[in-house]
Amino acid sequence: MEINVTVNGTVYQREVEPRLLLVHFLRDELRLTGTHWGCDTSNCGTCVVWLDEVPVKSCTVLAVMADGHRVRTVEGLADGAGLDPVQEGFRQCHGLQCGFCTPGMMMTARWLLDNNPDPSEEDIREAVSGQLCRCTGYENIVRSVRWAAEHEAAQEEVQA
Amino acid sequence: MQVPAQFQYEKATSVEHALGLLGKYGPESRVVAGGHSLIPMMKLRLAQPQALIDINEVEELTRISVEEHMLRIGAMVRHAELLSSAVAGEHFPIFHDAEKLIADPVVRNRGTIGGSLCQADPSEDLSAVFAAIRGEAVIQGGEGQRVVPIREFFTGPYETVVADGELLVAVRVPIRSSASAYQKVERRAGDWAVAAAGAELRLDGDTVAEAGIGLTAVGAANFHVPEAEEFLVGGPATAERFARAGEIAAEHCQPVADQRGPVDYKRHLAATLTARALGAALARWHGRHQEA
Repeated sequence: MEINVTVNGTVYQREVEPRLLLVHFLRDELRLTGTHWGCDTSNCGTCVVWLDEVPVKSCTVLAVMADGHRVRTVEGLADGAGLDPVQEGFRQCHGLQCGFCTPGMMMTARWLLDNNPDPSEEDIREAVSGQLCRCTGYENIVRSVRWAAEHEAAQEEVQA
Repeated sequence: MQVPAQFQYEKATSVEHALGLLGKYGPESRVVAGGHSLIPMMKLRLAQPQALIDINEVEELTRISVEEHMLRIGAMVRHAELLSSAVAGEHFPIFHDAEKLIADPVVRNRGTIGGSLCQADPSEDLSAVFAAIRGEAVIQGGEGQRVVPIREFFTGPYETVVADGELLVAVRVPIRSSASAYQKVERRAGDWAVAAAGAELRLDGDTVAEAGIGLTAVGAANFHVPEAEEFLVGGPATAERFARAGEIAAEHCQPVADQRGPVDYKRHLAATLTARALGAALARWHGRHQEA
């Protein structure tokens, strides 16, 4: 069937099978391979993208369910003026090693900071508790998100 | 790559539309809400519906409201929405206790209340929550609506009273003076319960006037234990009585050994978590009545 999905601000019209999963639509149809495809069982969270306003696991969402909706992927994180503070935080604090979980981690982290600009370590660990990282032991991921929170707060002070 | 088998897909725009589609496609069609139980089952071919009827856009099913002394939770309400609902938490804090521990935050953004109940997994948390607080399922079919107590909603593992051509539209709970709590043990964040217990209490002075006990993952018939509830009603609300109620609850469970633990451990958890949930509900009851 024909679907229209707005991904990172661009409307894409495609003919898809109803059984196509959103993660494969993004990767194979749109060639947006920043979203990773992992466990296929909604456990690992590497496939997290935003559907409208919230992060979801795109291996457990049908592409047809996104028809008429907005999707935001890791490719839509930076706004052209430079990296998103979350991305910069992961860079500064070595928030990744192999990088496989990183796109999903960053999409959830962006959502967390939009809703809670000053999260505690516990808040951050809770937010990413449905996402697996086998390299960092999560320590540097937590530091990266805190880095982003602190730099966003500082930036807002400068602007104010 | 895990991909579901082929199916017809229809997006319903209203309850009437969904019921019409269920009639059109017949018993081999399935309703999909958040899809976080059904889609994984379809990937594994444990479910192979010929048609999927998507109710994600059915606006009328997405609300939490208070109507005629009933808290009404639409079937399409997402777990995250129930967790953040002030009105639900005010009347029944057990919802917030349980929702914090259901799956993980990202899954909670998608999974729904109606979907969880209709999946009828023997380890599902809200089944025990609604059993404890005596919720009622509102089911709609071609003939109109019928209301079924949650304690009579489940007919077996993965089976409910919702018949072909019917749709669960809401769950409602009579609002009354009570206190409730939920206690769960899981092996790791986001996992299914090894065991979990929900409790609701209403006191008359120091005497238990009403008690509800819901249990999940331990083989309690219809997710509740009337024997333990009957024991509590009419007696004092003490830690000793709660411990005994927990023992009675554990005696009436039929847990099975699996990778989450052996039978005796699960029975022990059923007893301990029941007593703890009752204790937490009692603390809330006193907290609320001291404020007043």
